[in-house]
Amino acid sequence: MAKQRQTIRDFSAESNLFLRRCLFAVFFCLLLIFVILSNLFSLQIDQFEDYKIRADGNRIKVVPVAPNRGIIYDRNGTIIAENKPVFNLEISIEEVPNLDTTLAALKKLLQLSDTDIARFERNRKRQRRFQPVTLKSNMSEERVAIFSAHQHLFDGVSVEASLSRFYPYGSALTHVLGYVSKINERDLNLIASWGAQSNYAATKNIGKQGIERYYEERLHGKVGYAKLEVDSKGRTLRVLEENAPIAGEDLVLNIDIELQLYVQSQLLERRGSVVVSDPRDGGVLAMYSNPSYDPNLFVNGISQKDYSTLIQNPDRPLLNRAVQGQYPPASLIKPHLALLGLEYQVVTAKTKIQDKGFYQLKDVEHIWRDWLRRGHGIVDIKRSIEVSCDTFFYEMAYKLGIDNIYEYMSQFGFGEYTNIDLLEESDGNMPSRGWKRAKFNQPWYIGDTISVGIGQGYWTATPVQLLDSINTIINDGQRFRPQLLRAIKQDNIDIPETLNEATPVQVLSPENWALVKQAMQDTVRLPHGTAHKAFRNATYSSSGKTGTAQLFSVGQDENVDDLIIADYLKDNAMYLGYAPSDAPQISVIVALENAGGGGSNAAPISRSVMDYWLGEKYARQ
Amino acid sequence: MPVSKTGIQQRDRFLTKIHIDGWLLAGLLLLMAIGLMTIYSASGQDMALIKRQLIRLGIGLVAMFLLAQIPVLFYRNISPFVYGIGIILLIAVLAIGVTGKGAQRWLDLGAFRFQPSEILKLFVPMTVAWYISRVGMPPSLKTLLTALLLVVVPTILIAKQPDLGTSLLIASSGIFALFLAGMSWRIISVFTLLIGSFTPIMWLFLMKAYQKQRVITFLNPESDPLGAGYHIIQSKIAIGSGGWTGKGWLQGSQSQLEFLPERHTDFIFAVFSEEFGFLGVIGLLLVYGFIVGRGLVIASRSQFLFSKLLAGSITLTFFVYVFVNIGMVSGLLPVVGVPLPLVSYGGTSMVTLMSGFGLLMAIATQNRVMPR
Repeated sequence: MAKQRQTIRDFSAESNLFLRRCLFAVFFCLLLIFVILSNLFSLQIDQFEDYKIRADGNRIKVVPVAPNRGIIYDRNGTIIAENKPVFNLEISIEEVPNLDTTLAALKKLLQLSDTDIARFERNRKRQRRFQPVTLKSNMSEERVAIFSAHQHLFDGVSVEASLSRFYPYGSALTHVLGYVSKINERDLNLIASWGAQSNYAATKNIGKQGIERYYEERLHGKVGYAKLEVDSKGRTLRVLEENAPIAGEDLVLNIDIELQLYVQSQLLERRGSVVVSDPRDGGVLAMYSNPSYDPNLFVNGISQKDYSTLIQNPDRPLLNRAVQGQYPPASLIKPHLALLGLEYQVVTAKTKIQDKGFYQLKDVEHIWRDWLRRGHGIVDIKRSIEVSCDTFFYEMAYKLGIDNIYEYMSQFGFGEYTNIDLLEESDGNMPSRGWKRAKFNQPWYIGDTISVGIGQGYWTATPVQLLDSINTIINDGQRFRPQLLRAIKQDNIDIPETLNEATPVQVLSPENWALVKQAMQDTVRLPHGTAHKAFRNATYSSSGKTGTAQLFSVGQDENVDDLIIADYLKDNAMYLGYAPSDAPQISVIVALENAGGGGSNAAPISRSVMDYWLGEKYARQ
Repeated sequence: MPVSKTGIQQRDRFLTKIHIDGWLLAGLLLLMAIGLMTIYSASGQDMALIKRQLIRLGIGLVAMFLLAQIPVLFYRNISPFVYGIGIILLIAVLAIGVTGKGAQRWLDLGAFRFQPSEILKLFVPMTVAWYISRVGMPPSLKTLLTALLLVVVPTILIAKQPDLGTSLLIASSGIFALFLAGMSWRIISVFTLLIGSFTPIMWLFLMKAYQKQRVITFLNPESDPLGAGYHIIQSKIAIGSGGWTGKGWLQGSQSQLEFLPERHTDFIFAVFSEEFGFLGVIGLLLVYGFIVGRGLVIASRSQFLFSKLLAGSITLTFFVYVFVNIGMVSGLLPVVGVPLPLVSYGGTSMVTLMSGFGLLMAIATQNRVMPR
């Protein structure tokens, strides 16, 4: 019917044309399919490796894992710095349905303070997305238990365990161990200077003081890595591979914690420091500076209030007086000077002088007084040490001259760092002509030398320097660096650290050592000795020297570290001794600020420490 | 042999009776199965999503079946009227339509939302086929210009919504009908040149900022790897990391770990490529190729010009869907919102597609009973 109506149209021609166009369309479609396939071939086959790597890069996140910090032991294996598990309440904000209500509920449940909430809000702004934010750190076990019972009510909130540094002996070891605290900008620069950025990638705390700072690199250990599979929101799905971190080295110190605690108990409220060492190797058995403070305050960030209390304390607890306190060595260095006089033959063992209570140079009006106004009468070099006669040493110093004194005392380490394993150390001052010219642009006067002759004037030394110098005398000139580190603990075996020796002090006449040591023993043994009273009825023999630094005669702006003379003008009391005399096992320095005479104030403390170490402690072992 | 041949003939007769083309139906069902499997993986094994897709596929199959029963002559006769209604609806969309995702595409009919541009996907080729079948082929220049006008009006109206993907598909469906009708090669060349010179005008005056952004991103996705380029970069990583054999079903890290955007909708091809690799892709393209081939066979077997042009146009437009989607997902073409037909999760376009196949089936099975 239709065909009849449309007679003009050639249906078979139409059909053929349509078929040709269809075939062309098929050809065109095949062409496009070829284009698609060749593109896909290029993506999936040619560039497969590239895209596979990129897909893995999307999916795999490598996160650093912090190593456990090395543990620190005392010489008997008692832990004095450890890593304690702590529990932190952490919130994964993205997984919390309603943060405000959750916070309010947690606040009520765990009795959190407004400060906790405020700190959380601060941390939240700093934290990267999809990283949990800490709401409460260091939770008590009770709070952990309360939260655990209600955990099902809090999506996205969890208690996470981590390790935190803890110093079980608190303030007793602060100045030895120092502390770790949050890594700051300056620490980051330091780490960069070691080239250790990647090793610290997961580390939060770094040693800031003491042993923690000095042995930071050994205590820290080596970072580990975990390969995590993450989704597009950064959430961890599973751990693919783990390269465990290597824990830091466990250190064993020469410190004996019981002795350390005993020393602390002896100082009570007095400002000053006590250092005890083993003269046979320079090992530091105890080192305490008073007042001290609790290092645990710093570990998780000290509060502004606690910090300003520490900073504003006039007794300056942050200072480690044992290595940073710079005092006039006073009479403590008389044995050293005596050695020098004998060596240079300015005096002999037989030289005697008449001490009238003062020393005066010819044609000079100024007189240098002996501490004993009436004088010590006729004294030789040995007795001058025992009674601490100033006049004898005034004259000897005058004869020696500053250049000899400077040269010889430098050999004992005065004016130089002892290189004890603490970075906080001060070097004191061993004055010389050159030093005075550089410092004050003034010539050296003879009077300056005479003051140096009794350890006053421009001469300052730290307690640890003085202790080091007495060890040198004990060892007839052999010098060991004072050292806190005793050994490294590996698999419960102590691997001793090598001893560090310094250049020995050379002498021409070795018998001079014996003379000086005999004088120090008699300072304790003989009734006229300045330390006799303090050591009456001791069950062991001991040797020592008292020192009383007269601060009033020292110009404030001249030499001594301002901290020492800033508050009071009372004398510093000092005692430097060792025991037993014939085979010394310990040497002790006691340096008390503004405490009065050394014989009556410092020597008794030294006696207690020696009693403890040689008596009680040995009796028990 | 004779027994089984009789069996096939009986089956063919039964399918013809209910107006179903068996080969085409088999291809479509295979695609749907592939789609469901891939959606299951892409959605993170979301059974609720699979159920919703099953319902849509069911609706699509029912629509196809029902439309296959209606005489082709009826379609031919109503073409100009439905076209007119379609244009009115498109104008209504621009006037009072509902806005969503930065575009105004829907009419709110109270109970449900209705997207008139979808039905135009069928009405435009129907109308062009109707027009050409009235005047005969090959078309004269005047016929051609009139037919082009029929195509251009809805194309522009839809492009203004803006819905670049759909307007592109509608323009192609009309142009395919004209091409199959024997539009002369000389005119085709002239128009190609015209479109070429029109491109800068489109860029300057017609395209919206976000459309321009898509083109810029397409030309250099790495320029904005976390922003506009993110989709295409992640998609290429997914496809590329599939390799020859893929990572295995449910094993694609790009899709399972949600790095890939629009995983179960427009970018489902990337999921498929990642999990089934280049070999899987060849298989998928074979299925599409088979459906296109079957569609063209139906078109050329039809003895009715309206049917030929409509069937050819529907089939080739279906192929354009496939090409544009795979092209954009694999970085050959800019990202326009075109789903992978019958595989992507989605509602309206699926029903339209299945309706188109309903028309194809009507054409395939009613040839012999149609008056010439």
